[in-house]
Amino acid sequence: MSQYYLSHLKELESEAIYVIREVVAQFEKPALLFSGGKDSIVLAYLSRKAFYPARIPFPLVHIDTGHNFPETMEYRDWLVNELGVKLVVGSVQESIDKGRAKEETGFNASRNALQTVTLLDTIEQHKYDAAMGGARRDEEKARAKERFFSHRDEFGQWDPKNQRPELWNIFNGRKQQGEHFRVFPISNWTEMDVWQYIFTENIPIPKLYFSHEREVITRDGAILSTSPWLKLKPGEVPEKKIVRFRTCGDMPITGAVESDADTLEKIIIEVAASRKTERGTRADDKRSETAMEDRKKSGYF
Amino acid sequence: MTNQLLRFTTAGSVDDGKSTLIGRLLFDSKSIFEDQLEAVEASSAKKGFDYVDLSLLTDGLKSEREQGITIDVAYRYFATPKRKFIIADTPGHIQYTRNMVTGASTANLALILIDARKGLVEQTHRHSFIASLLKIPHVIVCVNKMDLVNYDESVYDKIVEDYKAFSSKLEVSDIQFVPISALVGDNVVNRSEKMDWYQGATLLHMLESVHIESDYNHIDSRFPVQYVVRPQSKEYHDFRGYAGRVAGGIFRPGDDVLVLPSGFNSKIKEIFFGEQKMSEAFAPMSVTITLEDEIDISRGDIIAKPNNHPETEQDIDLMLCWMNQRPVNLSGKFFVRHTTREVRGVLKEIQYKLDINTLQRVENVEQLTMNEIARVKIRTAQPLCYDSYRKNRITGSLILVDEGTNETVAAGMIV
Repeated sequence: MSQYYLSHLKELESEAIYVIREVVAQFEKPALLFSGGKDSIVLAYLSRKAFYPARIPFPLVHIDTGHNFPETMEYRDWLVNELGVKLVVGSVQESIDKGRAKEETGFNASRNALQTVTLLDTIEQHKYDAAMGGARRDEEKARAKERFFSHRDEFGQWDPKNQRPELWNIFNGRKQQGEHFRVFPISNWTEMDVWQYIFTENIPIPKLYFSHEREVITRDGAILSTSPWLKLKPGEVPEKKIVRFRTCGDMPITGAVESDADTLEKIIIEVAASRKTERGTRADDKRSETAMEDRKKSGYF
Repeated sequence: MTNQLLRFTTAGSVDDGKSTLIGRLLFDSKSIFEDQLEAVEASSAKKGFDYVDLSLLTDGLKSEREQGITIDVAYRYFATPKRKFIIADTPGHIQYTRNMVTGASTANLALILIDARKGLVEQTHRHSFIASLLKIPHVIVCVNKMDLVNYDESVYDKIVEDYKAFSSKLEVSDIQFVPISALVGDNVVNRSEKMDWYQGATLLHMLESVHIESDYNHIDSRFPVQYVVRPQSKEYHDFRGYAGRVAGGIFRPGDDVLVLPSGFNSKIKEIFFGEQKMSEAFAPMSVTITLEDEIDISRGDIIAKPNNHPETEQDIDLMLCWMNQRPVNLSGKFFVRHTTREVRGVLKEIQYKLDINTLQRVENVEQLTMNEIARVKIRTAQPLCYDSYRKNRITGSLILVDEGTNETVAAGMIV
């Protein structure tokens, strides 16, 4: 006798696949924004399931800040080959060289905010009308109000007060010329759901997520990896620590956690016991209480 | 045992303590992270409170924090060892009926808050009516702020009695009641020591144990086709798969099927979930179905069974909730989005408008304004294959989209 209900993970999986298929059915030129992080990896695997036995009918778009962990780039190239999917790269360095974006200076300089320029330019250049991303509503308070289908005006901006109501599972992707949508198929997943899914589906992930020895410094409570892009302050001395990363952002701003979790099981136990949110390790969110909301309004993910 | 997912919506008036209740559920179930709590402690202190205001945990956007009210649907997540929960947190005041309808549309359960000092108020009626209109299968009525009425049993009993009398006019089959104090934490996650007279379960226990297995229709087989999968590869040269999410009933390989609106018959050959071949599929699974015969099927078609299929009609009776600033008049034209189909439609008739506070019908209406709910007739350019909303929340619901602005302007439940 079968049970006619799904586990929460299977229900979330079917929901995400439904959303991904809606995107391909409703838009002319969709793309998947791929950061190399676990959320966009899960999204790529869900996309494969959604269209099997056909190939994924949209490209992966990587906004390359030029400050990536080498492990992220290595993984990206492997995955593109594994899934047989097209890769499109938008380069922040190019935006800077063209004078479209201005590099920040100082010790906490980051290319995080510059990504918005490159992202919007890439969307415009390739005429993508829907860009899917792995953002989740549990990540941050401004994201808790995000729709699955998030309408962006011709400047790529998000207007939280004027969002379309989203009823049942009927998604309205109608738009004017020049406008586009951001779509978040795993909106309803939590960090734990993502890890459990990676575990049950046996999805390979970048080595960064597992505990390893690394040369780091500790600044304002954050453990940062040394890299050519991290300017050391006087008195900061790099030391070796056993760490892992909970998110895969830009190398100079993504904080590590001290951890000996070197398997998926151990990571899940660690996440379950964790008392800090994963974005707690991101310096970009700490700039102000509304840092994420402000960036989202201007077109950030 | 696998965890199930329960989606619930919260509705309460301003100051009913809704945000505090959600904060309490998250806090007592240990779903709050240290850094989130620190941020809330800091803002509480900044506002000069001498306690930690748990309601700040759920206030998302800058404009809301400035006004101290919630202005849109926000989604929250928490888990216990038994279930995962998604809360659609919606504001209570009158101008945001559209948000309540939005939050209610995907919910298995509605939490309705009543201030023990005030008893049933207009907004209680409104929220309960919306829960009933949107056919949320389960309702839990939380009589909150019991600490402010000295945990008096008779106050609680009176409210329960009043609510039962009122709700007999509504269509909600499963209603439970619980006396709580969200601020202090009585009967939310932990049992209250102050209310010996209450023998029932705590709120969290109710949320963990309410029977949701039957919330999807597993009887009437419906499969709206979302997308046709054609691999264009040598290996799968002739493969034609119909991708979609089961909206009702159970499908198995070998089943006779009827495709609507064309009326073609065929048999299910295989059902795929990713690369896995399935022996059956039921709601809400996203699968790909192949058929024995090559027939012309596209997005918007519905696969059903020859002896059990949806209605196919162009004239459709609806309960409609108007959600846009700009009012609508008779003969207004729209795009109608129903399952995966889009057709043009026109508003033919407004039979009556409902006063959602008194449930009185108002007749001779020619215009609907934002947040109004009415019984209407629409006519569509091509037929829709639908069920009544009562029978199936997926094949019985639709939205109206403005032809000029592309905004979603109304939600409709097929009568």
